[in-house]
Amino acid sequence: MIQGNSLSTKIGKFIIYFIVISLGLICLLPLWNIVAISFSSGSAVAANIVGLTPINFSTKAYEMIMEDAQFWRSFFISVQRVVLALALNLILIVLMAYPLSKTKREFKSRNIYMNIIIFAMLFSGGLIPTYIVIKNLNLLDTIWVLVLPGAVPIFSVILIMNFFVGVPKSLEEAAIIDGASPLQILFKVYIPVSLPALATVALFSIVGNWNDFMTGLIYMSQISNYPIMTYIQSLTIDIAELVKSGTSSEALQNIAEVQNRNLNAAKIVVSTIPLLLIYPFLQKYFVTGIVVGSVKE
Amino acid sequence: MAVNNQIAPTRDRKKDVKKAKLTYHAMLAPGMIFLLVFSFAPMFGIIMAFQDFVPAKGFFGSEFVGLEHFKYMFNLPDIGKVFRNTIVIALGKIIFGSLLAIAFAILLNEIRLKLVKKSVQTIVYLPHFLSWVVLATVVVNLFSLDGTVNQILNSFGLDRINFLGSNTWFQPLLIGSDVWKEFGFNSVIYLAAIASVDPGLHEAASMDGANWSKRVWHITLPGMLPIILLLAILSLPNVLEGGFDQVYNLYSPIVYETGDTIDTYVYREGLVGRDYSFGAAVGLFRSVIGLILILSANNAAKKFTERKLF
Repeated sequence: MIQGNSLSTKIGKFIIYFIVISLGLICLLPLWNIVAISFSSGSAVAANIVGLTPINFSTKAYEMIMEDAQFWRSFFISVQRVVLALALNLILIVLMAYPLSKTKREFKSRNIYMNIIIFAMLFSGGLIPTYIVIKNLNLLDTIWVLVLPGAVPIFSVILIMNFFVGVPKSLEEAAIIDGASPLQILFKVYIPVSLPALATVALFSIVGNWNDFMTGLIYMSQISNYPIMTYIQSLTIDIAELVKSGTSSEALQNIAEVQNRNLNAAKIVVSTIPLLLIYPFLQKYFVTGIVVGSVKE
Repeated sequence: MAVNNQIAPTRDRKKDVKKAKLTYHAMLAPGMIFLLVFSFAPMFGIIMAFQDFVPAKGFFGSEFVGLEHFKYMFNLPDIGKVFRNTIVIALGKIIFGSLLAIAFAILLNEIRLKLVKKSVQTIVYLPHFLSWVVLATVVVNLFSLDGTVNQILNSFGLDRINFLGSNTWFQPLLIGSDVWKEFGFNSVIYLAAIASVDPGLHEAASMDGANWSKRVWHITLPGMLPIILLLAILSLPNVLEGGFDQVYNLYSPIVYETGDTIDTYVYREGLVGRDYSFGAAVGLFRSVIGLILILSANNAAKKFTERKLF
């Protein structure tokens, strides 16, 4: 910590505050710009004059979203996906983490299972073989392709396993004496004391599933089946066109497309609202998760 | 909770233990089935890299061609370029991302005003949780020909730069925007490392007249070194991660020269181009190198820091 009251320490403190606050603004302002664009009129967006405050304030883009059937279809596909994936992930995580948290003496096959899981985490068949397998299972263009391939989040299993290892043995022994079965022990002893860790992996699952656009891109052939991020990705400006147009005036020629920019900005804002709603929890639990999970003895 | 249960007969205990083990297997079974179908079946599917795979004929009916696709791959000029791009982009992200995260953590640790500290943390963690689909729009708004950055350059009388369409600028743009997205969140773990440094050391050094920069250099940084080293080693396998989401949302044919990465290449050639066997071969090559890297990283971490990933 910088101590003292001399002029040089004051200047030093000022510089540090200045840098830190500037970095904060560098993160915030580009995001805020999208919000401002979404509330501006199409012509102001087309003229590229929207900075941090909306110009010709208008909620037209949001009104248009309300009537955009595909946007809401994709939005609810993603909601459905997050709910299904979250339930499946949590069930499988606790069911797998509990036996794996036993020592080799308590559960002889533990290490075999562990090696299988770690191998599955480190090595993968790759994009194309996975695609072929999923295609052969007739999962293309179904909601299940968004949920089932990621059903076992191995990193989260290991994180919860490590957390279970730290649960005091005496709790379990007391339950065994009371005649509790392993399932009862898991649900009545381990899960109640692991809620913060479970919140962390639950949030991993929610954020990962909400933000993922690649799965939809690969496995969905029809736009009507796209989850929200894949849908938004399919709308955003065609970069190939954008970089080809030599000057800015040429880039502006297609006014219809540029006017879409405020509509797209509004879609981005609406699609981000669910994450902002859980952001306080994200901040709280991700931080513990990353510190606990990333470095384990 | 009957009292007479407290001293269970030995035979019952043994039966219980056996039953418990059965339950353990049963608990693992559903997850194992998912892994079998969605992880191990695709691993078996790798044999398509040694076949001329035709979807209608399947894994068992397609003709074997040996190492044909690998020979073809190594003779392609593209493949060296794609691997080089991936490694340059990934290394840039790792190096600059870690440096900024460390520096930011050290500076943030000096902020005493709770309100400022909390607000800044809330803001800088945010981009980490947003999808590249969303952030690509942010990057395009800033760096397209008529974007904010070019407007600023223009107002200073400088020429506009086609960041997204320039092979000079595209890699720095990818690295820079990724560092921007992740530095805040990456600083979390470094902040925890700083907090674990004994404050007594700082007090002693202050008494001896060491100023702030000297104390950062001689106390804070050495205190963080184990974590820095560990994270550096563990990030080694990531040198093959170009970041599909980011690149896919920002690149275009003009910048394939510098922006095409292994993942985007496999996606385009293998999946979109339906050259399945070739795509699987490139993917396998990448997975094998990735596995070697991650095992070496784990061993190195064990050796140098006495911690490991798994």
